[in-house]
Amino acid sequence: MTRLHVELPGLSLKNPIMPASGCFGFGREYSQFYDLSELGAIMIKATTDKARFGNPTPRVAETNGGMLNAIGLQNPGLKGVLENELPWLSQFDVPIIANVAGAQMEDYVEVAKEISKASNVKALELNISCPNVKTGGIAFGTIPEVAQELTKRVKHVSDVPLYVKLSPNVSDIVEMAKAVEAGGADGLTMINTLLGMRLDMKTGKPVLANKTGGLSGPAIKPVAIRMIYEVSQAVELPIIGMGGIQSAEDVIEYFYAGASAVAVGTANFTDPFVCQRIINKLPELLDELGADHISELTGRSWGKNESKTIYSS
Amino acid sequence: MIVNEQMKVVSHERIAANIFELVLQGTLVNEIKAPGQFVHVKTGTGIDPLLRRPISIAAHNHDSQTMTLIYRAEGKGTKLLSSVNIGESVDILGPLGNGFTVEDGAGRTALLVGGGIGVPPLYGLSERLIEHGWTVKHILGFQDVTASFYADHFKELGETFVATVDGSMGTRGFVTDVIQYEELQFDEYYSCGPTPMLKALQNKLEAKKGHISLEERMGCGIGACFACVCHKQDDPLGTSYVKICSDGPVFPAGVVQL
Repeated sequence: MTRLHVELPGLSLKNPIMPASGCFGFGREYSQFYDLSELGAIMIKATTDKARFGNPTPRVAETNGGMLNAIGLQNPGLKGVLENELPWLSQFDVPIIANVAGAQMEDYVEVAKEISKASNVKALELNISCPNVKTGGIAFGTIPEVAQELTKRVKHVSDVPLYVKLSPNVSDIVEMAKAVEAGGADGLTMINTLLGMRLDMKTGKPVLANKTGGLSGPAIKPVAIRMIYEVSQAVELPIIGMGGIQSAEDVIEYFYAGASAVAVGTANFTDPFVCQRIINKLPELLDELGADHISELTGRSWGKNESKTIYSS
Repeated sequence: MIVNEQMKVVSHERIAANIFELVLQGTLVNEIKAPGQFVHVKTGTGIDPLLRRPISIAAHNHDSQTMTLIYRAEGKGTKLLSSVNIGESVDILGPLGNGFTVEDGAGRTALLVGGGIGVPPLYGLSERLIEHGWTVKHILGFQDVTASFYADHFKELGETFVATVDGSMGTRGFVTDVIQYEELQFDEYYSCGPTPMLKALQNKLEAKKGHISLEERMGCGIGACFACVCHKQDDPLGTSYVKICSDGPVFPAGVVQL
């Protein structure tokens, strides 16, 4: 076992680095750059019951240190993912975390039930926080009682552990985390994008066809760090942290805040090699920090008891 | 293969109002397969601008391992790029996308129609068409004479017409007006430019076989982010699509809903 190996519910990660959902498709494009088996895990693009085309373009707008997107959960649907994407991904030695989305509870339950049976899907990520779809999505992620109920129902049908992806677009993130913990979640992933907008200098109108979009990239990292810092002290669930990670140093900061693993999102768009680069850099950084194992760093910002860290061996 | 390389700036000149010609050298050039492919350019060193900028390859030379990019310095990223000096390097990801397929064209004539910053990839294409036996004709559309570039370069390759919106150079009007006035004869057309121009052209030349290169805001440039997705024509369900970056940017005319 290496010093990067991390064990989380359902997931035996050779390293705690994985691409974030929506920023890596189903892996095909990135497989031309490096062996996907090098990754700790892959969070695949959100899957809905039926295929979705998504929103009109423009779907992305750059902002200072970040980007807005309003893709609208474009995906080939449950059937397409089960028949084409997951079998293709099974050639790699890497656990898949399937991101599950829907417009109503029944959709989530149906997708979760079927996709969790796929042999390489080792965990689900419940997408209750997509800001870019008209119905469902964000409502599930902003009302604690609804989030708890959805978590409970999905957990009931899932064959694999359930991670719930929290939205930062709430006034009390700890309350949301506690609600999904009570609903039976096995872990948390956080944060999803922050709802934002950009206006065109010439027309005065929104750049995105959807008007609003989700802000990601380095600009949101401080928000994610703060939220993980708060949530990790309030619940017992392991956290996969995400939001603006660009470097191995950013990863360490997420661990300090309270994350047990991390996901890299927007940075894949600028540097398709970013996950590989971070994985290769981490051991060197652990040496500099005098850490034997990366899990020692989890929660250092608030003095997490070492006995609570998840060691690999 | 797509590679990421710090390419050396061999020359960098302003060739029209806000239009720059950048020649880069590196082994990435070996990977270029066809005219019409593009590269994704990191225009700054930090996180602002965050995303790369897609810029089409105007021409390339495998022997000297150089490629020419022509771009308009308009936004933050391209303005930053315009300040890069000879001898410095630029972070390039590419080559990306599928370019124009060039078939044997002995005895045939190709009409190349470019609008504004859509003109550059047609230069490399024209060279390639000539190599394959085609006779080439060009129509270049610009806002006005100050924004025009490469007209002389194109003239060396074949008959060339220019249209400007204000009439300050060539025909007053649009590229489609030139086709009308000059009664141009050709077998196939190739085009790159703003979508309204491509749409007008596609409608006007409906009976002809055409190849068009599209542009759209991009995120990743490799097909992963689904930012540059377009509907296909003849798709009543509205569920089939193409990604401009990885399925294109060149498509047969009539495939993509413009």
